[in-house]
Amino acid sequence: MSGMGITAMQRGLQSCEGCGLLSRPESGDQEGRCPRCDERLEFRKPDSFQRTWAFLIAAAICYIPANVLPVLTTTTAAGAESDTILQGVVLLWSPTGWPLSIIVLVASIMIPSAKILALGYLLITTQRGSVTNNEQRIRMYRMVEFIGRWSMVDVFVDTFTAALIQLQPLMSVEPGPGLIFFAAVVVFTMLAVEAFDPRLIWDSFSSQEAGSKEVTYA
Amino acid sequence: MSYNQPVGDTSLIACLHCDLLQRIPELEPGASARCPRCNKELWRHRVDSLNRTLALTLGATLLYVIANSVPMLGLTIVGRDASTTVVGGAVHLWDNGQKIVGVLVLFTAVIAPALQIGLMLAIVIGGMRARPPRWVGTLLRHHPTTRIWSMIEVMMVGVLVALVKIADYATVIPGLALFVLWVLVFVLAGMSAAFDSRDVWDRIQWADEAQRDGAGELAEGTS
Repeated sequence: MSGMGITAMQRGLQSCEGCGLLSRPESGDQEGRCPRCDERLEFRKPDSFQRTWAFLIAAAICYIPANVLPVLTTTTAAGAESDTILQGVVLLWSPTGWPLSIIVLVASIMIPSAKILALGYLLITTQRGSVTNNEQRIRMYRMVEFIGRWSMVDVFVDTFTAALIQLQPLMSVEPGPGLIFFAAVVVFTMLAVEAFDPRLIWDSFSSQEAGSKEVTYA
Repeated sequence: MSYNQPVGDTSLIACLHCDLLQRIPELEPGASARCPRCNKELWRHRVDSLNRTLALTLGATLLYVIANSVPMLGLTIVGRDASTTVVGGAVHLWDNGQKIVGVLVLFTAVIAPALQIGLMLAIVIGGMRARPPRWVGTLLRHHPTTRIWSMIEVMMVGVLVALVKIADYATVIPGLALFVLWVLVFVLAGMSAAFDSRDVWDRIQWADEAQRDGAGELAEGTS
């Protein structure tokens, strides 16, 4: 471990998210360009809190129609039947199909809601300047970043079910109006994760630590 | 906006997850360094990175072309049959009033994987030069985005679920693409794991070439 836990920002240095190079902006400047890869550099992602909140709120709004509206409509000789995501999970439940039912339950219902709650928690604690549980919070961020893409499973299930079951007039399956809202939840939460700057989690802790040690900055 | 002034020593870095200043140690091939504060992996020194990545990328290119030119799933029911390719799934959504979702499926299952493979091929070939040109850096900077949106492995789990659902009504015929795509999932994972971006960044031509000399010479001495 080098130094006493000093951050690049405290030293007036910016690290490049593209290539990792550490560099110093012209004195007084808040932004510059990476001399190695030409990326725009700032100390922290610009407007990170506002942008993350915007994507998160959009995701939370879409979450409701995503779960209430049907994602698939099955038409047979007996009539048409529409299923929401949760009904899809129940339909898949059978002595042989239950493991897949659990996959869909986890990927489509538990992961999206957990992601929204986790990002909300990270935003609120970070904006309040929390200095505790930093390790747990950064781990939570990485978890959200890693599992987010898996919510797309249901979109692919419905896509290929609908593409294949086109046996009119016997039976046909069409995507329902809920599908676009469900896809929007996945995309908005992924964009929220991208907009959030994990270094913000540590900033209050870093400045507190620096203050107690009375470090002088360059 | 003007170019920043690089710190003299490229082994001095800040963790991208917590901004802690630190020095990346010299590593044995195969070893990795983690941030002491937040445990983020900072660098893994890959063995023979460019050659291995090139081999896996060429393999992925071949598998990708096959996977997108043959049917993935088919079914038969009372004498009628149907089949679909990956693109066919997206096109069906487009034709049935789900244009946006159709585009999203096409992007995550077809376009983003193509970019992920194609950009990597260009990066590796350009990166093999002693002093990779600037365009390699531009591609390398944007490559992580293609990786985030390339969701072949997620699609494959979705296809598995769809297959079991359909098996209730009809006889499912797995197509060649289904098997090829499963292999592609692992080849893509290997491709990402084999590539060492630091190796390319250390040798690349700088955007502000005048500043390279000071920092670059030190980098060649330490990496």
